[in-house]
Amino acid sequence: MPQKLDYLKESASQTAGPYVHIGLAPGAAGFDIYRQELGWDIAGPNAKGQKIRVEGVVIDGMGSPVKDVLLEAWQANSEGVYAHPEGGGEVEDGFRGWGRVITDFETGEWGFDTVKPGKVKPRVKLGSGVSQRVSDSDPDWQGRMDSHEPMAPHINLWIVARGINIGLNTRMYFEDEAEANAADPVLNLIEWENRRATLLAKRDGERDGVPVYRFEIRLQGDNETVFFDV
Amino acid sequence: MKPAEYYQRDRTRQPPALTPDYKTSVARSPRYSMISLQQSVSEITGPTFGHNDIDPIDNDLIKNYAKDGDPVGERIIVHGRVLDENARPVPNTLVEIWQANASGRYRHKKDTYLGSLDPNFGGCGRTLTDENGYYFFRTIKPGAYPWRNWVNNWRPAHIHVSVFGSSFSQRLITQLYFEGDPLIPHCPIVHTIPDPDAIEQLIAKLDLNATVPLDSIAYKFDIVLRGRRSTLFENRLEGN
Repeated sequence: MPQKLDYLKESASQTAGPYVHIGLAPGAAGFDIYRQELGWDIAGPNAKGQKIRVEGVVIDGMGSPVKDVLLEAWQANSEGVYAHPEGGGEVEDGFRGWGRVITDFETGEWGFDTVKPGKVKPRVKLGSGVSQRVSDSDPDWQGRMDSHEPMAPHINLWIVARGINIGLNTRMYFEDEAEANAADPVLNLIEWENRRATLLAKRDGERDGVPVYRFEIRLQGDNETVFFDV
Repeated sequence: MKPAEYYQRDRTRQPPALTPDYKTSVARSPRYSMISLQQSVSEITGPTFGHNDIDPIDNDLIKNYAKDGDPVGERIIVHGRVLDENARPVPNTLVEIWQANASGRYRHKKDTYLGSLDPNFGGCGRTLTDENGYYFFRTIKPGAYPWRNWVNNWRPAHIHVSVFGSSFSQRLITQLYFEGDPLIPHCPIVHTIPDPDAIEQLIAKLDLNATVPLDSIAYKFDIVLRGRRSTLFENRLEGN
């Protein structure tokens, strides 16, 4: 009889359902309950770098906007550092890098204000204690990708809604970062070059002097967005 | 040993995207394969939360929306631990819940079910796990309710649960069901999960030892997030 491996198994996911707002954004459900809702201010007041606005819509297999989505964003600051002990360094006071938005119940439009993230080193020294960025020549790094290039500026997105059984992970890159995108190790993992374009947010003018990026997420169809098993 | 990336998600225990008996999934399920990604710093990090983010009353759904009395229904305690697949506690992580009231009605402007709203019940709560990964809520047992899938579908009583863990790759939303509920075997959403053992893991157990006599019934519900490798075979070992 073989020895038993004494591991647990991850709890199974279930759909967030149509009323996810009650739990994660009660104001949108139509009532106030908490002193503060979480996730509305991604970058905080002291964030350095270029302020941007990101807007978009999630489109289903019928070509219709999904009107009950909740999205969460996770991003680095303008220097490419995440607000986490293993995020590669210090961030500005108040920079959280995490946001939560819901879609408009009538139009399906969503949007958030943040700063443009910087390039992110793909690997950090995954040590105990303080993590630090390692140089490309450091032999001690934990090789996780084939390329040594930094990752192009990107925002990680996680999408839940009624009918989505397990949250969908994707990444939003910036159309106007062509050079960095061409060297990005994750975009380059996508064998079908035409599908890489599904991860690019398009410049959509400015509002009050702030650049607006538009990102459409397609759950199905010819231009289905690339989703990642992370 | 150094912690490295998180264990690969076991998709055989997770619901696939396309589950036609749960009809809404048909138009909302990606059809191409997901791209498998070795984890970078973008995945091994995630948001952190502290006691400045929430208030102590946020985990008491009996009191956190009460206007002129306690909500109607069966008073319950839901408690347990957030663990990872190595059975290590996940401390200081945000757990958020939401649910219908005792009559099966959500306080949501889009819910039109016949069940009545309870003026003293909001239906949401949140808390941080302690240093041992322990959490608890006090609430009202939610009612079952009908939904438009097949003509005659009823959701078993359930509480939605959202957990962050230590990294964005551990992010999880699931549902808690109650031991003995006869609707569980009939629910198309429950059965999006292909593995009966994985379904069993989502059913909270009656915990008489944790009840408060003459006050509240208790249910125990442990939540397991993805485990994390340690890097073996290094030239120098560091504390794990």
